[in-house]
Amino acid sequence: MTEIADSNVVAGSGQPAGGPASTAPARGARVAEWVMWYGLSVFAALVLSAVLVEATGGSWRPVLSALIDGSLRAPGRWGETLGTAAPLLLVALGTVISAKAGLVNIGQEGQLLIGAAMATYLGFVIGGPGPLNMLVVLLAGALGGALWAGIAGVLKYWRGVPEVLSTLLLVTIAGQAVAFGLRYDWLLLAPEANRGNRNQVSDQIPDGSRLPRHTLFGNEFPVTVFIAVALAVLVAWALARTVWGFRLRMLGRNPRAAQRAGVSQTKYGSAALLIGGAFAGFAGAAMLAGGGFAFGNYRLVPGFSTNIGWTGLLVALVAREKALAAIPVAFVFAALRTGSGFVGSTGVEGRITDVIQGLLVLALLIPPAVIFIRDRRRARAATTART
Amino acid sequence: MLDLFRAIGEIFTAESTYINGALFAGLLIFAATGEWVAERAGTLNISVEGMLLAGAFTSAVAYDQTSSVALGLLAGVVGGMIVAGVQAEMSHRLAADQFVVGLTLNILVFGLTGFLDREIAPATKIASTFDVPLLSDLPLIGQALFGQPWPFYLLYPLLPFSWWLMYRTRWGLEVRAVGEDPQPADVSGIKVNLRRRQSIYYAGMTSGLGGAFLIFVQVGRFEDSIVGGRGFIAIAAVIFGGWTLWGTVGGCVVFAGALSFRLSVQGLGYQLNSEMLQSLPFVVTLVGMAIFAHRVRPPGALARPFVRGLT
Repeated sequence: MTEIADSNVVAGSGQPAGGPASTAPARGARVAEWVMWYGLSVFAALVLSAVLVEATGGSWRPVLSALIDGSLRAPGRWGETLGTAAPLLLVALGTVISAKAGLVNIGQEGQLLIGAAMATYLGFVIGGPGPLNMLVVLLAGALGGALWAGIAGVLKYWRGVPEVLSTLLLVTIAGQAVAFGLRYDWLLLAPEANRGNRNQVSDQIPDGSRLPRHTLFGNEFPVTVFIAVALAVLVAWALARTVWGFRLRMLGRNPRAAQRAGVSQTKYGSAALLIGGAFAGFAGAAMLAGGGFAFGNYRLVPGFSTNIGWTGLLVALVAREKALAAIPVAFVFAALRTGSGFVGSTGVEGRITDVIQGLLVLALLIPPAVIFIRDRRRARAATTART
Repeated sequence: MLDLFRAIGEIFTAESTYINGALFAGLLIFAATGEWVAERAGTLNISVEGMLLAGAFTSAVAYDQTSSVALGLLAGVVGGMIVAGVQAEMSHRLAADQFVVGLTLNILVFGLTGFLDREIAPATKIASTFDVPLLSDLPLIGQALFGQPWPFYLLYPLLPFSWWLMYRTRWGLEVRAVGEDPQPADVSGIKVNLRRRQSIYYAGMTSGLGGAFLIFVQVGRFEDSIVGGRGFIAIAAVIFGGWTLWGTVGGCVVFAGALSFRLSVQGLGYQLNSEMLQSLPFVVTLVGMAIFAHRVRPPGALARPFVRGLT
């Protein structure tokens, strides 16, 4: 019931656009408009979350402080947050690429899982010397993710199945496939001696293939963080400054014009899907090899992906498909995630962070849409006034 | 190999297969009928999953408070319509991307119902069964189609009503026009986005009923995994059915068959890998779409927002 109030308020006040014939407003006014809308809707989302906490018998202050403790303030926590933000950012980067090509790939969760599984499998089977094997693990992850996204690509460009649906259905199949693999020791299951008391668990990946962890002011995080940020810069550059990126964006904005200009939809579209999947799979491999207790502690387990794929997708959407903007957004979402572990101690169910996250995303969708509609109205009013 | 055939034969002659199949098909049809209307108006509404979950939760809470199945069903409709409201207003008043809105809604509803479920923990049970005289004595399918808890029978009026609404009323004509090509519809005075919003509300209504169906007919109590991706299968059924009502129902029956096969295999004591069985309905859905998706023509403006003067 809470969500509708939010959207109605904003939708309602978005209705009457300025005066008749008002021309494009000055730059300052525009910035003010953006800031106002974003401020308003984020504030509304936070108030709604607080109301929800209060209504179920909690109080919002301790929840907020637990969130901050869990994500930043308590010793070692911001390292944990950074370590969570890295895979989120990687997934988001892949999503940015496929979204730029006009594709709605929403199967990152499955692609990530298959990536991690492939990394586990190839990492053990090939098992070369340390640093080389680390590379194999990471590449295997990217390969696995690309493979899983590739199924959706084949179905789309060969059989005309909408990728929205195929990527989604493949998420469930991926989860089951990995659980299947974890039942047999010729696939992913660890030999009996290394299983401990658990049923479905892979071997711990060997020391040499783990990603090094970096320590800064008592906070430890894997080097994935640096890799992810570097890749964000690379993706931003490739999309904005290369011919390939230009064609991709053209395909996304106007497929017909792109086709006339000789951009093959099949070629660029499937490339975007594959790269998007590869990023998600890479994130999975990096989670596996980067360690961290939240990510199975160097072991593959069923449900290893723990919603990182879904959240990474949301990061990309909130960042409005901009690679660099995804960096801070990924950090905020990672903070919500690491903070949620501390919320339980306040007596409020930890899943409140899922609600906060959903409301925030919804709130962040509203301002651009409102401003878009208002701009349209202004433009139309201006043209009718002239004629 | 002979064993396999015998197993399949046994599954097809077991009454429980048909009962489970009817339950799964019922849920899918509730969701897919509304989804079909929404898609004919031009929205590929992926929040149907969230609508089902919200409907299930609100109906469970209403039953917990009032112990009335009828009020529970009504509350289910309200729950579905709330999600539909957000989807409709955001994607067809504000022109936000419909997939993004739908996806966010699914995640939000999942978090919200999970959170509230821990706080409230509504107690529910299956509604009382009603045997239709004579018909429920039919062999094999009698109990499946005519011996169910009574909310099941809402399906029978829903289908002809939806057909009548879409093909025999002005409203339905306008909805189809809007989904096919919004510009001419707009020029001839149809309020494009209004019709699209209304069609999403219709989807919210039927999916909300579907959620209540889960509580009162199929499962009996709320848990956050109660829908478990079957909303997406309903969307696939619409595509599979080529955006016609009877095709959609056919798709629902096929996919429900896959869902029920999984239960029957286990129920009859055959040992098959459980992960493979779990993913079977989804694989069948994918394969079904791979075969049929390019033979059918989607509504012309499916998943394209309409902003006057822009597109």
